[in-house]
Amino acid sequence: MFTYLFFLYCAVMIVGTGLLAVTMRNPVHSVLMVLILFFHMAGLYLILGAEFIAAVQIIVYAGAILVLYLFVLFLVSLRDEVKMDRFVTSAWLGRIISVGIGVSLIAMLPAFILGQKGHWPMDAVIKATNTKALGIEMYTTYIFPFEIAGLILLIAVIGGLVLARHDTPTTIEKS
Amino acid sequence: MIPLSWYMSLAAILFAIGVCGFLTRRNLIMMFLSIELMLNAVNLNMVAISHYLESMRGQVFTFFIITVAAAEAAIGLGIAITLYRSRKTVHVDEVNQLKG
Repeated sequence: MFTYLFFLYCAVMIVGTGLLAVTMRNPVHSVLMVLILFFHMAGLYLILGAEFIAAVQIIVYAGAILVLYLFVLFLVSLRDEVKMDRFVTSAWLGRIISVGIGVSLIAMLPAFILGQKGHWPMDAVIKATNTKALGIEMYTTYIFPFEIAGLILLIAVIGGLVLARHDTPTTIEKS
Repeated sequence: MIPLSWYMSLAAILFAIGVCGFLTRRNLIMMFLSIELMLNAVNLNMVAISHYLESMRGQVFTFFIITVAAAEAAIGLGIAITLYRSRKTVHVDEVNQLKG
């Protein structure tokens, strides 16, 4: 019973803050709405028995990625942003497309059939703890994708540095 | 036990909200934030199915999706900063120089 109530609370908060995030005028308010959404998403992960993913959700998404978004929002001009129109001129078309996608995704749900069960029933996960079970799976079966993920992060670090660097000091020296 | 279809419906609704934000907002940074919403919807689906299939695969792939989301945020926001430096705008409908 408590699980149902918690799920419903999290679902209502996720849908509400998601809708507010894509419609609010001030981008900073939108980012803060997404922060609340990520916290409730972590709550859903907790009742699904994925404690490590819930912690990563809060640390990486809410702690790192959203702070990056806030910094970039402060770098670009925010002052005229709140006065301007925040939607493109053909926004109604986008709304129709998104409602169509949502309705068709939900309409397709009854056709979904679960596949074969895996090797980690809840008792085994509780016995080994969630983090250890995830680590065993990640460092044995999925070691190659794990290394590719490391490579992707390296490319992101180099790309972020190259893109955000600006060359004004050298041009001043030349002039 | 909550049915799996509830989680999948919630993920579908969140994905649709993300698509709506991506297609309607003018600000490039808000569009990237909508992509984060869509990735979160996929993550919720993955973790829910992983729980109901008694498997760890969904959680491992959620981990990789979070990695890719972090990389995407870093690169995309770097592009936004570069765009603002050269064009003085981050609105996607004002960046139309490539139009034939």
